[in-house]
Amino acid sequence: MLHTINKSPFDNSTFETCIRFLQPGNPVLFIEDGVYAVQAGNRFAPILETVMKNNPVYALRPDLDARGVTVITEGVATVDYEGFVGLVEEHQVNSWL
Amino acid sequence: MSEEQDIKKIMHVMRRAPHGSIYTYEGLEMILIMAAYEQDLSVVFIGDGVYALKKGQETSGIGIKGFSRTFMALDGYDVEKLYVDRISLEERGLTEDDLVVDVEVMDSLEIGRLMTEQDVVIHH
Repeated sequence: MLHTINKSPFDNSTFETCIRFLQPGNPVLFIEDGVYAVQAGNRFAPILETVMKNNPVYALRPDLDARGVTVITEGVATVDYEGFVGLVEEHQVNSWL
Repeated sequence: MSEEQDIKKIMHVMRRAPHGSIYTYEGLEMILIMAAYEQDLSVVFIGDGVYALKKGQETSGIGIKGFSRTFMALDGYDVEKLYVDRISLEERGLTEDDLVVDVEVMDSLEIGRLMTEQDVVIHH
């Protein structure tokens, strides 16, 4: 199951809520304002590092670029729209709106 | 197609407090519509979503009808799988006794496992 998060973790508890429900191996994809979660050195970086021990983490490149988030937490993979579609094809989607 | 193949496992995730936005009410309406189509429904209450089930909501003072009682009626529509996230309940200082309906209080990971078993997961 692919979990998508589209809210800034500084404004909204969606990220912290979502990760409690993650099954090992479930990929997490940050999109829209959700991508602020993967800015390197922010207060969510340690949480993200823990998540990445069991779950692959992705961020949508165009959304990172649009927000000037250029330095991201190590281990986070970036995908373009095609990669996004690929993930959606591969997994059932759980969109944490 | 047989009838059985038409039945989808659909989970509704209530995530917001009931009166600050229309999400919870709209979600409840969607659940009732889907129930009419005899789908395999479950409803999960996470985060502020648990407040939708809080006993003693008296909404006349804010000029709305209130719908916590509608959750009590879900049983009549064969929507019997109501799950509440234990942490969400506890961190709000609530217990099962504070809720208007019988629910199953579950750990987050267990709810997460149920999510992966669904055909569709819809957040409200």
